[in-house]
Amino acid sequence: MQFMLLFSRQGKLRLQKWYVPLSDKERKKISRDLVQTILARKPKMCSFLEWRDLKIVYKRYASLYFCCAVEDQDNELITLEIIHRYVELLDKYFGSVCELDIIFNFEKAYFILDEFLLGGEAQETSKKNVLKAIEQADLLQECTFPV
Amino acid sequence: MALKIVKGSIDRMFDKNLQDLVRGIRNHKEDEAKYISTCIDEIKQELKQDNIAVKSNAVCKLTYLQMLGYDVSWAAFNIVEVMSSSKFTYKRIGYLAASQCFHESTDVIMLTTNQIRKDLSSPNQYDTGVALTGLSCFVTPDLARDLANDIMTLMSHTKPYIRKKAVLIMYKVFLKYPESLRPAFPRMKEKLEDPDPGVQSAAVNVICELARRNPKNYLSLAPLFFKLMTSSTNNWVLIKIIKLFGALTPLEPLVGTAGSYCLSSVSVLISLSSGMPNHSASIQALCIVSRPLSVLSLFVVKYLGLLAMSKILKTHPKSVQSHKDLILQCLDDKDESIRLRALDLLYGMVSKKNLMEIVKKLMLHVDKAEGTTYRDELLTKIIDICSQSNYQYITNFEWYISILVELTRLEGTRHGHLIASQMLDVAIRVKAIRAFAVAQMATLLDNAHLLTGNTQHSGICEVLYAAAWICGEFSEHLEDPMATLEAMLRPKVATLPGHIQAVYVQNAAKLFSTVLCGQEGAPADSKVAQETSQLLIDRLPVFVQSDNLEVQERASCILQLVKYIQKLQQKDVEVAEEVTALFAGELNPVAPKAQKKVPVPEGLDLDAWINEPPSGSESEDEGRKTKGKAVFAREESRHTKPRYTEVDEKELAKRREVRKAEQANNPFYIKASPSSQKVYQEAVGVEHIPVVQIDLSVPLKVPGMPMSDQYVKLEEERRQKNKADRKKDKKKRREKGRQRRGDSGPESEEDITPAHMVDIVTEEMPENALPINSSLTSRCITDVCDIQGNLHDGSQVVVSVIFENKCDSFIKSMEFNVMDSLNSKLQRPEGAGPHDSLTVPFHLPPGISSEARFIFSVQSIVMPQKLKGTLTFIVKDSSTHEKLDFKLHFTCTSYLITTPCYSVLCPDLNLRLNCFDAYAKLLESGDLKGSSLKLEGINQPFHHLLARICFHHHFSVVERIDSCASMYSRSIQGHHVCLLVKTADQTVSIDAKCDEPGLLRNVLDEIKLTFSQC
Repeated sequence: MQFMLLFSRQGKLRLQKWYVPLSDKERKKISRDLVQTILARKPKMCSFLEWRDLKIVYKRYASLYFCCAVEDQDNELITLEIIHRYVELLDKYFGSVCELDIIFNFEKAYFILDEFLLGGEAQETSKKNVLKAIEQADLLQECTFPV
Repeated sequence: MALKIVKGSIDRMFDKNLQDLVRGIRNHKEDEAKYISTCIDEIKQELKQDNIAVKSNAVCKLTYLQMLGYDVSWAAFNIVEVMSSSKFTYKRIGYLAASQCFHESTDVIMLTTNQIRKDLSSPNQYDTGVALTGLSCFVTPDLARDLANDIMTLMSHTKPYIRKKAVLIMYKVFLKYPESLRPAFPRMKEKLEDPDPGVQSAAVNVICELARRNPKNYLSLAPLFFKLMTSSTNNWVLIKIIKLFGALTPLEPLVGTAGSYCLSSVSVLISLSSGMPNHSASIQALCIVSRPLSVLSLFVVKYLGLLAMSKILKTHPKSVQSHKDLILQCLDDKDESIRLRALDLLYGMVSKKNLMEIVKKLMLHVDKAEGTTYRDELLTKIIDICSQSNYQYITNFEWYISILVELTRLEGTRHGHLIASQMLDVAIRVKAIRAFAVAQMATLLDNAHLLTGNTQHSGICEVLYAAAWICGEFSEHLEDPMATLEAMLRPKVATLPGHIQAVYVQNAAKLFSTVLCGQEGAPADSKVAQETSQLLIDRLPVFVQSDNLEVQERASCILQLVKYIQKLQQKDVEVAEEVTALFAGELNPVAPKAQKKVPVPEGLDLDAWINEPPSGSESEDEGRKTKGKAVFAREESRHTKPRYTEVDEKELAKRREVRKAEQANNPFYIKASPSSQKVYQEAVGVEHIPVVQIDLSVPLKVPGMPMSDQYVKLEEERRQKNKADRKKDKKKRREKGRQRRGDSGPESEEDITPAHMVDIVTEEMPENALPINSSLTSRCITDVCDIQGNLHDGSQVVVSVIFENKCDSFIKSMEFNVMDSLNSKLQRPEGAGPHDSLTVPFHLPPGISSEARFIFSVQSIVMPQKLKGTLTFIVKDSSTHEKLDFKLHFTCTSYLITTPCYSVLCPDLNLRLNCFDAYAKLLESGDLKGSSLKLEGINQPFHHLLARICFHHHFSVVERIDSCASMYSRSIQGHHVCLLVKTADQTVSIDAKCDEPGLLRNVLDEIKLTFSQC
């Protein structure tokens, strides 16, 4: 996977994770382009589009779009599955997740993503294991809190 | 100290935390930028404090702002500070910020190496984990090199949590620092059998991605993966493994059978079909996929189904064709992704029968389509579909012309030139259509104002270029040339782009000549002719004033001509014939490679210098000298001229040597493309350079470099040889090392006789194919064989046969059969008996030639072989079976493959030397048996001789020194054949070595034969 973007229906970026080294300028251009193209698509269209030499897989959950870019030979369905698994993880962690959860706890959302994907590849497919790792890391954080 | 901590936390109470920042931004919707700039100021203050908690809070906020698009690169150093905090809470924030904000050009990254190394070896697994995660996002080649060892140790960490991360990050490390792959690979392989499923799936992931880049190296892992596939229950892992098999199948067909093992979910199916196009499992996949495609109409499945179909289409066109209606329906889909996919599929599905229907449907879509990109896409697809393989599917060209004309009505298309080139192409190549085309084009010209309405933003006026040209060139078909001429000279034309105006002017002249011709037949009516001249004289001045030079030039030239003609007309002189003579002769389409077929006139050496080129350094000297004595420049030049002519051969040679030495020592001198002699020069030293014969570019057979002169010469020789050959068995064979192509011919379908025949200009006609006018063969077929080894398989030889229909009738149902010998067998499709014949996958209209390839499997390549065969066919009018016997001669040479010494061409001297070393070693190794041959009475130049050996016998020159050369070739079964060719006074001796004496003897015999025939 090359990168993952989360953005709202208004086109506001909520999360971005880049697995390829790109300069800030390129990143901005790509996310602007993609957000525009995807928002222009109607709900009854398929979740895939070919964009430059990449395949874009996206899915909408409530008001949030989850969008991944994968290479040409990669499987679209498994990418869709990855998106869904990530949403499930967020849901489990926050307890019926909503956009605001991600806005206000955006670092947590990143931590979950980092436990689930590493370097653009799925690292842990078991939901239980991901959440366990996050919980323990959080616990560690609480203990070392200075006050 | 305690006080300080308390003070710090009190301070913190007044700081904004991330939540406050987010809330603040949401509350300041109107002046967001201003709010954020104050926030950034605060953050800068916070970063200056010593308290790490404050700092990490600030960094966290920065990360958020970075996402919103603000530049935070100035805080990179602060991020590193937070990363190096000993507390996990802050470290986590620091690494997160780093992974979001750092990229390869961030310079502080090098500061992090030691910190990351410390974290990697931390006793706390979460510290290590967070470092690994961060590293995965910003790893650079330097970091990868420095940390590869640490990560490799982590791969065998006791905790699976770390192992799995370490395994995954190794992939990133491999990409950045490929040298680490070799030492790490054994451990990576071990991880495939890790007890922890997470680690296992990570290892599968990594190897699968690596294998995709270079599948060959991973073939040995196939059994292990097969075991994993049968034992694993994890769907994610399964899909990855299947993807891996997909990459491996092209190399090892056995792996493919594994794929059919698990047809469980749609997603697996898709990866199957995309990975294994050559396996029957894909057909099954198609059937299953197309079911939801028709029933469920689920858009995701629909898209994937179409995608799978396009992959299957390449291998099994029949099975997709049956879904034509379904695919046409998809064109109506709202979704552009789906429509584009469906369009791709249509391209492969057309046949003579359904072409018109499909195009009609597409035309409807063109009208409806919104958005120019999609419409342009449709337009190009229509043209692609119609024009594919030389208009193979078009049965009625009148229809095609009208389609093209209809397409010109599209507004705002960018593809005017495409339509124009199609019009030109069809009009030139299909003679029968010209009258119709001209009529259509005349109408177009007449209605030009419809097209040019929006000249600025559309390329459609390009069509007028074609229209004007066709009307002019084929003006004899025009019903009313006068009207067309008038249309072409309207003042509005001057607004068209320059190159179109130029064509207008030129073709106006052509039309003028036609008008004159038509009128002067009836002498009473010379008034019309004079009116026409007057019209031109009135209208052309507009073009003479054009700002385009070419238009100006043509217009003024023609204007003068017409004025002159008018003068003659007034004296009642008949001018029509002379004017027509200006445009006599037919213009023909020329294939891009046609130039090669033009024979070089005897005695013309294209490579020889006409004048010896003055050397660069000399002219420089000369320049300096004359500059210095600028006053006497005139005198000087008078002096130097005669001096130049007096320079004798000896001095020239001396000068050349000096120049060479100078060039060799000058690092800035860009050397000419290296030839074999050059190689020799540089390897030995400058002093020994023989004076170079510049006309020799022949001995090295360089792939991709045109050597037309060589071909032409050889062609002539071969032509003579063929005459002799043909007398023997009415066949000719031709050897040439070309790569084998897949031989799936187009599906033959029922006969639909085309209404018009196309002049086929074969672009890929093999350069040295010679069509033979074989009046001797019973009826109408000649074939040209091309026997060549198959590089990939030591026992396969591909024979290309060109069938040419020389009679006036349609030939069909051609069947090709060869009597197998013990050693060589024709490869027949599975299930066919050993004596069954193969159907040639095409029909031959009169005058058409086409090529078919047949594969033979050969056991031993030591002996030459002759195979007898027959070709049966039906001539359409008589509908009786005709038979033609032929012989196929498999010479030993045809088993040799030209294996150029690639490194000879390499600019790197070391590599070149290595190449010679390898060659020398091979000769010294003693594995090769020797044999020799003497040819006498050879009076052709040495380089011609070498070229002939290269060409006829698939050798390549390794090295040439004066009148001595070493050559090399390989057989399809890997035998090395080395030749040492020497020449002295019309005698050529060839010493040869090969690890297979039988093969060598036969090859030498064949070489002898080649030279005895000339």
